[in-house]
Amino acid sequence: MNIIENFDLYAPRLVDKKEYLCSGHRACQGCGEVLGLRLLCKALGPDVVIANATGCMEIISSMYPYTAWEVPWIHVAFENAAAVGSGVEAGLKALRRKGKIADRDVKVVGVAGDGGTMDIGLQALSGAMERGHDMLFVCLDNEAYMNTGIQRSSGTPMGASTTTSPAGKVSQGQKTWKKNVPEIMVAHGVQYVATACPSYPLDFINKVKKAIKVKGPSYIHCFTVCPTGWRSPSEMTIKLGRLVVETGIFPLYEVEDGKYRMTVEVDQLRPVEDYMKPQGRYRHLTPDQIEIIQDRVYQEYNKLLDKVNGLHAWSDLQYEWGLFD
Amino acid sequence: MKKRKWPEAWHEVSPGCVVFAPANAREYHTGSWKAQRPIWDDSKCIQCGVCYIFCPEGCITQNEDKTFRADLDYCKGCGICAHECWPGAITMIEEG
Amino acid sequence: MAKRVGMEVAIAAAEAVGMCNIDMAAVYPITPQSHIAEHLSEIVADGRIDAEFVTVESEHSAISCVTGASATGARVYTATSSQGLMLMHEILPIVSAMRLPVVMGIANRAVSGPLNILNDHSDIMPQRDNGWIVIFSENGQEAVDLTIQSFKIAEHPDVMLPCCVNIDGFQLTHMVEPIEFPDQKQVNKFLPPRKPYATLHPDKPASMGTFAMSDIFHEVMKAKDEALKDSKKTILKVWAEWEKMFGRRYRPVETYLADDADVLLLTMGSMGETAEIAINELREKGVAAGLVKIRLWRPFPFDELKQAVKKAGILVVTDRAVSFGGPGGPVAGEVKAALYDEKKRPLIYNQIIGLGGRDMAVSDFVKMVEDAVKAGAKGITKDYEFYGVRG
Repeated sequence: MNIIENFDLYAPRLVDKKEYLCSGHRACQGCGEVLGLRLLCKALGPDVVIANATGCMEIISSMYPYTAWEVPWIHVAFENAAAVGSGVEAGLKALRRKGKIADRDVKVVGVAGDGGTMDIGLQALSGAMERGHDMLFVCLDNEAYMNTGIQRSSGTPMGASTTTSPAGKVSQGQKTWKKNVPEIMVAHGVQYVATACPSYPLDFINKVKKAIKVKGPSYIHCFTVCPTGWRSPSEMTIKLGRLVVETGIFPLYEVEDGKYRMTVEVDQLRPVEDYMKPQGRYRHLTPDQIEIIQDRVYQEYNKLLDKVNGLHAWSDLQYEWGLFD
Repeated sequence: MKKRKWPEAWHEVSPGCVVFAPANAREYHTGSWKAQRPIWDDSKCIQCGVCYIFCPEGCITQNEDKTFRADLDYCKGCGICAHECWPGAITMIEEG
Repeated sequence: MAKRVGMEVAIAAAEAVGMCNIDMAAVYPITPQSHIAEHLSEIVADGRIDAEFVTVESEHSAISCVTGASATGARVYTATSSQGLMLMHEILPIVSAMRLPVVMGIANRAVSGPLNILNDHSDIMPQRDNGWIVIFSENGQEAVDLTIQSFKIAEHPDVMLPCCVNIDGFQLTHMVEPIEFPDQKQVNKFLPPRKPYATLHPDKPASMGTFAMSDIFHEVMKAKDEALKDSKKTILKVWAEWEKMFGRRYRPVETYLADDADVLLLTMGSMGETAEIAINELREKGVAAGLVKIRLWRPFPFDELKQAVKKAGILVVTDRAVSFGGPGGPVAGEVKAALYDEKKRPLIYNQIIGLGGRDMAVSDFVKMVEDAVKAGAKGITKDYEFYGVRG
């Protein structure tokens, strides 16, 4: 995709100038995750409460006696951001109903990394989504446990070398395919599920704005580049986020009421190698291995296109079948 | 702003370690981390704001004269702004 | 007016919560807590109270959920038992560190394995050092009173700590007992709405659960310890107020015929009532026996305990849990530590009793005391014993 053609995608004039996550946070140079968080906050505005899981974003933003947060924020533990968020939502709801706080909408937003969402936090997330809390949950996925030193998670892609899936004499790094959590969220009947990436800021911001309009649970899976963990140059953060979309490895789509839609169309997928080459975590892979990954990317992409082209909105289905006549 | 006593004694710690001063992390200057910093050639800048939107620090702002600058108190020198500035208005130069 | 009714204790505990104008509860069912959960959900479902009732998917989420709600300023409640409490363990010290006044009912039950659903104290003992106020109830009336008091204690601006009320599983939770419910208007007077120290709301943004490195963590822990120790003052005040309003007296350490006793029995929880009958029998037999019952487990009532045992020559400490490979039972370990610096201290016999619901009859307590008197007379000391164990 040509940057000039898509210039309107990130016209900054359309974006709230106010920062809700302030400078002075301690994220690494070129951190894609904190950029994701910054853009998320811009899209959310002031009337939110953030429930943050333990992880990079928590420690870099809340080193007592400092906080980088302009908005109310709570951290309790690693695996329970969705449960804490559920409680915040329930608490605010009751207090508002009983006239103990101002009668206005305050959106609760759960934020966790890939480990806090896809591994240790999946149960709490599933519970919160199933119960239908009025809460947006955002996974900032940088594909490994970066805060503890780059260990593999179920979000780590096949072949990536991490400190617990190292490339060695008899190992080629991560041996499993990335878990598809957006699909798990769709299976929960969540009304709005989307993938996003801060390299496409307006797409991300629009999705957040759509998600918070849902009266109930919504989910955004945000792909965030980690130069430290991926051994990529810090200035490449945005570029890599673009390449992951252009190669079809992480397509940007949304599922609204069960209806799939590509939000960033890619006419011709680039070879996965374009994306993998600048990253140290893939350096050990042979052309054969890259080929296997390439095949899988095509397969997954086509599966997604099938859904985009074939699946109806849930509300349509109910009407057509006349289930509740 | 009232000068904070640091380090605190045990009886001075905010109960629950609650921080009531939003965004007081601004007092912590991360600019000292950088090995390089961005400089703008304003004649090439088309004021698109790509640098502003992609800055992980949120430390690039537009001045009244429409030019963009990074607040060097916070800029960590990642180089994203220079890399993403397609008109080539930003260059990273070594600190020193 | 207060009314006296016959009611299952778990139901009564839920009724007590229902009198406290809670805003939110999150519970996950577990035997023998489930009647508390069920009845509280009924109270909410019938519209008797206006509260959110969140049916979470685990106890870990139950405690996490009430923590989040408590941080908004809501008055919250949860209840659990055994494995559920063990699953909550990770979050418990965080709740106290965040100074959130969560109130929790615990239907005490043995911890696996092997799996067992009956009563002992092996669930609460591993939670000893989490910075919570820990109170034991001896009967249904106490379970009700202590539950209501807990909200006031926990939320008091001088305390701001979570509080748990231990109610022995089955032996208390599933018993039908006569219970006097205080008048709702009186409860409202006793327990005004919560005034939170910090809340999660955009009108006044705060960051809660911040990260502390070695330059401050030590001080934070000291502050937490002082807060918990200091909470005793408020607990005593609240109990005095309760006595004045409702006529029932609560003390950190209760005694029964202890003043002139040569030999004392020490219990915690529901077995105190059986032990009282044993003391009566012993007195009839001419043994100068008395009973000490610890109600407040954290903060530990050092002064009251010292006072209660200072005249006795022999102290039989019963424990409902085991500190494996350690000093015997956790209560005895604590009591010994408390008395170490005393010039005159009793001989201590530690009996581990009633694990996993093993029945303890009056005769068992009588025997324990008589055996201790005999051993004491011969100067025999023992670290600890599993009372009545076969083999």
